[in-house]
Amino acid sequence: MKKEDVLSLLVLVLLFVLFPLLSNSSYTLTIGIFAGINSLVAIGLCILMGYAGQVSLGQAGFYGIGAYVSSILSLHAGLPVILSAVCGMIVAAFAAVILAVPALRLKGHYLAVATLGFGEIIYIILNEWGPGGPSGFGDIPHVSVLGYTLVSTEEYFYLIWVLVTAVMFFSINLIKSRTGRALRAIHDSELACNAMGLNVTAIKIKVFILSAVYASLAGSLYAHYVTFISPSSFSLFYSILVLMMVIVGGITNLWGAIIGAVVITVLPELLRKFEELDVLVYGLILTLTLMFFRKGLVPLIAEKLKKFRGPAVAEH
Amino acid sequence: MNKVTEKLLVVLLAVLTVVLLIGNVHAKEPYKIGALFAVTGPASFLGEPEKNTALMLEEQINKAGGINGHPVKIIIEDTKSDETQAVLSAKKLLENDKVLAIVGPSTTGESMALVPIMNNAKTPLLSCAAGAPITQPVSERYWIFKTPQYDTSAVEAIYEYMKKQGISKVGIITISTGFGDAGRKALQEIAPKYGITILADEKYGPKDSDMTTQLTKIKASGAQAVINWSVGPGQVIVTKNWHALRMDIPLYQSHGWGSKKNIELAGKAAEGVIAPLGRLVVWEKLPDKHPQKALLKKYTQDYEARYKSEPGTFGGHAYDSIMMLVDAIKKVGPNKKKIRDYIETKIKNWPGTGGVFNMSKSDHCGLDKNAFEMVVVKDGDWSLLK
Amino acid sequence: MNDWGDDSIPPILFREYHNLLTVFLQFLFSGLTVGAVYALVGIGFNITYNATSIINLAQGEFVVIGGLMMWFFYISLKLPFFVSVALTIFTAGVVGLLMERLTIKPLKNPDLLLMIMITIAVSIVLRGILMFSFGKEPYVYPAFTEGEPLNISGAIIQQQALWVVGITGFCIVLLFLFFKKTMMGKAMLACAVNPTAAKLVGINVSQMVMLSFILSAIVGAIGGMAITPISLMEYDKGPMLAVKGFCAAIMGGLGSNRGAVLGGFIIGVLESMTAGYLHSGSKDAVALVILLMILFFKPSGLFVSKTMLQLRKF
Repeated sequence: MKKEDVLSLLVLVLLFVLFPLLSNSSYTLTIGIFAGINSLVAIGLCILMGYAGQVSLGQAGFYGIGAYVSSILSLHAGLPVILSAVCGMIVAAFAAVILAVPALRLKGHYLAVATLGFGEIIYIILNEWGPGGPSGFGDIPHVSVLGYTLVSTEEYFYLIWVLVTAVMFFSINLIKSRTGRALRAIHDSELACNAMGLNVTAIKIKVFILSAVYASLAGSLYAHYVTFISPSSFSLFYSILVLMMVIVGGITNLWGAIIGAVVITVLPELLRKFEELDVLVYGLILTLTLMFFRKGLVPLIAEKLKKFRGPAVAEH
Repeated sequence: MNKVTEKLLVVLLAVLTVVLLIGNVHAKEPYKIGALFAVTGPASFLGEPEKNTALMLEEQINKAGGINGHPVKIIIEDTKSDETQAVLSAKKLLENDKVLAIVGPSTTGESMALVPIMNNAKTPLLSCAAGAPITQPVSERYWIFKTPQYDTSAVEAIYEYMKKQGISKVGIITISTGFGDAGRKALQEIAPKYGITILADEKYGPKDSDMTTQLTKIKASGAQAVINWSVGPGQVIVTKNWHALRMDIPLYQSHGWGSKKNIELAGKAAEGVIAPLGRLVVWEKLPDKHPQKALLKKYTQDYEARYKSEPGTFGGHAYDSIMMLVDAIKKVGPNKKKIRDYIETKIKNWPGTGGVFNMSKSDHCGLDKNAFEMVVVKDGDWSLLK
Repeated sequence: MNDWGDDSIPPILFREYHNLLTVFLQFLFSGLTVGAVYALVGIGFNITYNATSIINLAQGEFVVIGGLMMWFFYISLKLPFFVSVALTIFTAGVVGLLMERLTIKPLKNPDLLLMIMITIAVSIVLRGILMFSFGKEPYVYPAFTEGEPLNISGAIIQQQALWVVGITGFCIVLLFLFFKKTMMGKAMLACAVNPTAAKLVGINVSQMVMLSFILSAIVGAIGGMAITPISLMEYDKGPMLAVKGFCAAIMGGLGSNRGAVLGGFIIGVLESMTAGYLHSGSKDAVALVILLMILFFKPSGLFVSKTMLQLRKF
């Protein structure tokens, strides 16, 4: 791990530990919770897109699988929440394999539509055969660890951001590892990788599974925090939203996923004072951000930080 | 200090006290009510009239001197028809705005997502959505009320009328959203009670553009009537397709049909369509003695004068929720627990737009099938069926 | 199940006066009507794709603009029919032009994915504008020709549905002639395959890109004008149309108009047949599963060869 990454992780931990102390309103904490949940999905998609070069418009499907499997098992089969969330991740991983094996032969727009189709099929299944159908269902149990049940917003805030940090730590290590180097090589030239004897497809499928597992974890957290789910939260619009987070943050850097997720989650809240105009303002901000910060927000922030650090280093 | 100045000072002080006192009367702390409506997104056909109603009522109440001299402030948040946004907006209203109670949200899903939050915050919620699970089981919905009629009541009104017409075999077609799904479940659940058999059970998506296929299937199943359960453009398209197919069996719509706009959009095809409607849309045809007539007339006319459109059944739900709350605050003051208790125990024979409410410990909705009138479209207008 | 001891829901078995053929024809007509719309949206995607390799996800909003502006000119302003059509086409063209000049042109050396995300952002803005100008209610105007629906051995087909199918056919023929027979059409095609080479042979690439956006907006708007009397039109119908049209274009093979039309009709008919013979709740799912199957066995769509696909970056 590079020094910068360690530093960034420390800053992240510091930020989320201090945040509830600075702003102890459950409203701002709830925004933080949803930003964290979205971050998990976005990190997975970011690895898939930025490092393996595969686009996915089906993340909402995995997100929904996590939410539904985890809720159903804990509510109806009485499984502990942690175990049912793990089951959700396993189901999502299987779904990812079933989708990835044929789909990864596709590229570009064709891959986008295949993943979109997958997400929509999951949505229709939840809508048609999920418990409660389109109306959804509630009374999903809260997360409980060793007999202690998490109820308050603060507890969820910490739980989710600890998980985001852990996932980030794991993902950074993965990217710096042999697999990560292979991933970047695939992104640059698939042909060369094949020639060098790398099993490109196997690596791609692994990354696909990873992104599905992250999304599934996020889905479980969503379900057990809100305690009510309905299919409409897992539609194509969510997939597109996550894609937007990754692009706005910056596709070439994992930190972009978190920054994008936070920005896209917080933005509508900031725009509340525009009332109905918020849709327009939101669209305009997105358009302009995409047009003017083409590499995403991360390189921009990194540059600012460098300038800031520049003179300080010179003083030594 | 001479006497003249002394007198002047006394007068001045007196004037000042009076001014301050009067000023105080006007500066009474406003009562804050939160409102969550799906102003944008797929359910915006609900949120739009609800929001308009809230704005209008706020102005009317304040013009009339507020509640016991306190002005009312209704803080409206858009839930974008999305559960996550509903949760966030509710937290904002509770934490930042410190509201006394919340009116809305517009859909069943959003309302369900708020149940644990409201119970935690010990704050009353007066939902504008119809789903039965919002207020049942009442033991777990201590702080939750709703003003729209149950879907089951609308279904009972239809089935009762069908029984009189000698119809026993029906085909149902529902939209695949929360609204349609709730209707579908109610239709299936209650059918045996009225001796009705459902011969075909069809669905369509909220943005589908042609339902001929589903209707053909119903026609071929030998049903004696079609029941469509949806809101939005779907119900107009079904009506047009039903008309084009010359189905020879009557079309029944849900209580979502209650907007003149639908007759306008469907044109000739709407002739003969039957639906159970709240009295709001047919107030002109009620006898003068009817307890709802006066308020329905005032609400409809005020709304139409201000927004150049009709409030429809859904705007009425917001009206009932807000007025019920205002009534409670007027009687018991700004105390969340007392407001809740008042609504539960004191709302009896309370005329609203949706019907005459009778809340109780076992029923947090307070309406039954008598809230509906069976209405048929005749010559481009509503006509009451007896 | 109930008092009379009937089965709850009998399988599809038709009573005496309905014969199987009538019912089948009815399902087919319904599928073709819906499919024609998907096809037109799919063609719209192809036009921009063929000139730029971009998938313009605001394509659905063009359709909505077509329907709503037609209502505005024809019903609200009470202008004559053909004047309204012309004005609607003009408006859509201007929207396409503005979109390209304001968001696509300013970016040099664009990343394809970024461009697609920009089209999504633009579609959000367009939807916002439509919501403010038209509100959230659906709109409708009379069919192009009044009269009874046609009756073909018991199955009916609405006159407006014939218009939709006819207009789709007309658009395809025109576009075919444009791309195959005119210099400009050929130049446009060249831009996507190899922009640098196109520039070298003297094609004004920027102008071609602009033209492709205008053209796709117009095709979308024509579709919108044609379907509104059948399906009504409201400000947020765009995304669903875009998804279906995108699937149609992909099923046929991106870039092939023939493919998009066939793809559109296949999806429409599949949906209708599934709803009719299987289960109406899962009609969209079945259509998508078939789409995925086609893609898995023929990754370049029905009408595009693999070598053709490899020529394109995306």
